[in-house]
Amino acid sequence: MTTIKLASLALLLLAAACSTPVPLENKSDVPVETRSGTPAGATGAAGQGAAAQSEVKTVDLNAAQANAAARVVFFDFDSFAIRDDGRPVIDAEAKRLLAARAKRISIEGHTDERGGREYNLALGQKRAEAVAKALALLGVNDNQVEAVSFGKERPAVQGSDEAAWAKNRRAELKDK
Amino acid sequence: MTQTDQTLLTLPMRRRDWCTGLVASITAVPALAQFRVEISGVGATQIPVAVARFRDDDKAAPSLGVASAIIRADLERSGQFRLLDVSQVIEETGQPSMSEWRAKGADALAGGSVSRLADGRLDVRYKLWDVVKGQDLGGQSLAVPLADMRLAAHRVADVIYERFTGDKGVFSTRIAFVVRAGSRYTLRIADADGEGGQVALSSPDPIISPAWSPDGRQLAYVSFESQKAVVWVQDVSSGARRALANFRGSNSAPAWSPDGRQLALTLSREGGSQLFLMASEGGTPRRLTQSNAIDTEAAWSPDGKSIVFVSDRGGGPQVYRIAASGGEPQRLTFSGSYNISPALSPDGKAMAYVSRLAGGAFRLHLMDLASGTVTALTDTNDDESPSFAPNGKLIIYASRAQGRDVLMTTTLDGRIKARLLSTGADVREPVWGPFNR
Repeated sequence: MTTIKLASLALLLLAAACSTPVPLENKSDVPVETRSGTPAGATGAAGQGAAAQSEVKTVDLNAAQANAAARVVFFDFDSFAIRDDGRPVIDAEAKRLLAARAKRISIEGHTDERGGREYNLALGQKRAEAVAKALALLGVNDNQVEAVSFGKERPAVQGSDEAAWAKNRRAELKDK
Repeated sequence: MTQTDQTLLTLPMRRRDWCTGLVASITAVPALAQFRVEISGVGATQIPVAVARFRDDDKAAPSLGVASAIIRADLERSGQFRLLDVSQVIEETGQPSMSEWRAKGADALAGGSVSRLADGRLDVRYKLWDVVKGQDLGGQSLAVPLADMRLAAHRVADVIYERFTGDKGVFSTRIAFVVRAGSRYTLRIADADGEGGQVALSSPDPIISPAWSPDGRQLAYVSFESQKAVVWVQDVSSGARRALANFRGSNSAPAWSPDGRQLALTLSREGGSQLFLMASEGGTPRRLTQSNAIDTEAAWSPDGKSIVFVSDRGGGPQVYRIAASGGEPQRLTFSGSYNISPALSPDGKAMAYVSRLAGGAFRLHLMDLASGTVTALTDTNDDESPSFAPNGKLIIYASRAQGRDVLMTTTLDGRIKARLLSTGADVREPVWGPFNR
């Protein structure tokens, strides 16, 4: 119990130290395995790092399970066209968002590791916007959806072969 | 040379303590060593120079290095000098025999000393000799805080470089880059030789595209800490930071105008990735490009009148140029199907960029803008993010070696390359700071 209180306190302090509070609920979407053994440190409050050493990363098992059934749309090389295998994911998402108009999601576009970071960021943005457009065509409100991109910065799997690249060329749909 | 013997020059104190707390909190600090020359091309005209051991330069601040060795490494990496093997100590008060050094093949000779002042500061003294003319070129005394020993040595190297090449040296400038170690990202600032690194930002989320303000006081960069790309501006010495562009969608690729008053950015707020201009204090962005394609990676011309950028409006990504006031862009790159990450030289005459070759290799190229002539500067396969040194004589870029992202420098003829050695970490996104630091 004490640990949890301390964790919340540390996160609050950290948020207060940043000029813009970090939306903490988003943090729990990150896969658990990438967080294990992460050294404590400030998210961004450089020079105000007093609270940083107390940072505790909360592992939320509910979020981890939700992530296991992630809503992902995959893409072909150098393409942002929605493939047939992505249609059921988009249809189900549209149904969910139409049933709950207050619900908001992020669509995160990703690319494989080849090419420049900024150009890939823009390519990932195109993929995210293609999914957003498909949802809009199914009647989802624009303000329920934000298309963003991670470019090649957050691959789903490591590796430098077509199998890995194919898994990384994707758009992930995440609740805000 | 107006410097007289033993002029007392006190370097401004720099605040080095602002991030020490943060550094202490990072357990997995990767080991970064100095840039080392790896490939030294033959045929380049190099000035033979002898930098003698400075008296006590190995005792003054042993944890920070040896002043004469730092000077030698700087000069060697520039590609302009051939360093003679010298092990003897020559003080600034010495009277070396010019005919003896001429016989050893030296055109120039430097000597000096390092001592502790009563107030704890270091006194780095040096003297230069033009061996060919048999002339004493004078020297200086640099009184610096202990922590600035390396900076003093870099300033000596800058003086030697300028005296014998006619161009300003960049050894006392700084570079910024991103280190990824495990799942931790740090934005670091180091001396131009890769040493003396300090952490400006530490994050569990990716950081890309750092850009120095022209006065060297601020860094703009893209951080994914809020689970999307947001452009931040951070004051380097205080750590104070603000989100400059946090609009709907992605915000990225910041580039400061040469006068520092505005930034070019890539924003997707109106759909697609397009170039916008924004005042450096913030405010409403003004759209610069109008296309249905990707427009990104802006870089300003030194006169601030035009911007080069990457666009795939013609199919694949190519480099274009547009007036900073807007208008119709002109295509600059024509060979190759994938040309990205342009950087313009400080004199505006050359453009470095990365081109994908037929076999899939991404390689650093240099274009002479007047003639359109293109030269490949490397034979590596994963080059990224070129950035010119402020004197235009070196380019720093990212590449891969032994399964790691590494930083490299190259001369503009591609002949001399140095690599920043690192262990256990990926080092990437380098950007060279201005002369002011």
